[in-house]
Amino acid sequence: MKVLTLNFLTCAVKACKTTSTSFPLHPKDCELVSDTIAPNPQLLLNVLPRIDWNALIITAGELGFPTLPPTPPTREELESNEKMMTELHTLLLETQISEGSLVCGNCGHEYKIKEGIANFLLPNHLV
Amino acid sequence: MLPTPSTSHVDFERIYEPAEDSYLLLDTLSSETEKDFLRTRYSAAHSPSPLVVEVGTGSGVVLSFLNAHAQTILGRADILTFGIDVNRFACKATEQTVSVTSQEQITHDLSHGFYMGNILGDLTNTLKAGVVDILVFNPPYVPTAELPGIPSPGENTTETSFADDSKLLALSYAGGVDGMEITDRLLLSLPEVLSHQTGCAYILLCAQNKPDKVKERIKGWGSGWKAETVSTSGKKGGWEKLQIIRIWRENA
Ligand SMILES: C[S@@+](CC[C@H](N)C(=O)[O-])C[C@H]1O[C@@H](n2cnc3c(N)ncnc32)[C@H](O)[C@@H]1O
Ligand SMILES: [Zn+2]
Repeated sequence: MKVLTLNFLTCAVKACKTTSTSFPLHPKDCELVSDTIAPNPQLLLNVLPRIDWNALIITAGELGFPTLPPTPPTREELESNEKMMTELHTLLLETQISEGSLVCGNCGHEYKIKEGIANFLLPNHLV
Repeated sequence: MLPTPSTSHVDFERIYEPAEDSYLLLDTLSSETEKDFLRTRYSAAHSPSPLVVEVGTGSGVVLSFLNAHAQTILGRADILTFGIDVNRFACKATEQTVSVTSQEQITHDLSHGFYMGNILGDLTNTLKAGVVDILVFNPPYVPTAELPGIPSPGENTTETSFADDSKLLALSYAGGVDGMEITDRLLLSLPEVLSHQTGCAYILLCAQNKPDKVKERIKGWGSGWKAETVSTSGKKGGWEKLQIIRIWRENA
């Protein structure tokens, strides 16, 4: 799964959904792989406004990527900042999590990732 | 006509094989009326990339089609897509189908959307509120006396027995009472997961699901909710066997 996916997922436990600590999920012991993808500035520019930037800062930091600025760049800033364009391209479009787990900051439940597929099925006692 | 994705690599002993329902979805999403609806809604210049989520991807035939033909269907290729299924093998198969179909586009010098992967999960449980622009679901819709039950996290990790495979296939069609037990759960989650501004959903129903009642119920949610039949197939004795409803909110 691409790192960008983490911007759209929360803990699957109902009671966690309303808490702010269930998003974003925290990667733990993750193995990353990188796909080579042709530059796609149009995609990055149009994905930018729909990203939860604060969550992305956390995700990038936890995965060991370069620190992102505290506020998102504007469309024009990103367009003219080649370095940031490249960094976001690598982080959002090229990087996949292949193994590891995702941990909920509220209930502590760990969702395993195997062969790139995160398993959000819940054990009976959490459904 | 847009080419149908190839699913020749998929193991149909444990993954739903594309059938009339799957093809009705492909035809509907690429019909002139739906292209109009989708382009008007999602292709304004500089508007944020829409997020397309398919629940119950099975072989991946529908999601790979949407992802590959985003430019034709939505008027833009810069869309984000991912899939969800309770069946681990279906998740793997979908990844492969999307990859083959995207490669096919590249060979023809054509664009495709940005597929982020598949997730093993129960319906929309793990989606953050308000993030989905377009949700597609071809559910298990056959009325059955029993439901197979959602697998536990440890099930079907590597090899499966014949019994496991039959359960996986049952998950793909068995809908319980009126064939609506799974679909009803998904419908209830729509007001939460669909984007307030631009969310819409395409759901396949069969005649036994009582589609008219389903639509009435959705309109009853109030505040601009709409539900309309946008296509049908398999006319038998005056009533359609399968239909697709589009659910969306018209903001006042
Ligand atoms: C009728 S098949 C459709 C497959 C494919 N989309 C197609 O059109 O050919 C239904 C799919 O939904 C999946 N499914 C069933 N219950 C589900 C649930 N609770 N959450 C997610 N997926 C589910 C099944 O595993 C199966 O792949
Ligand atoms: Zn949790």
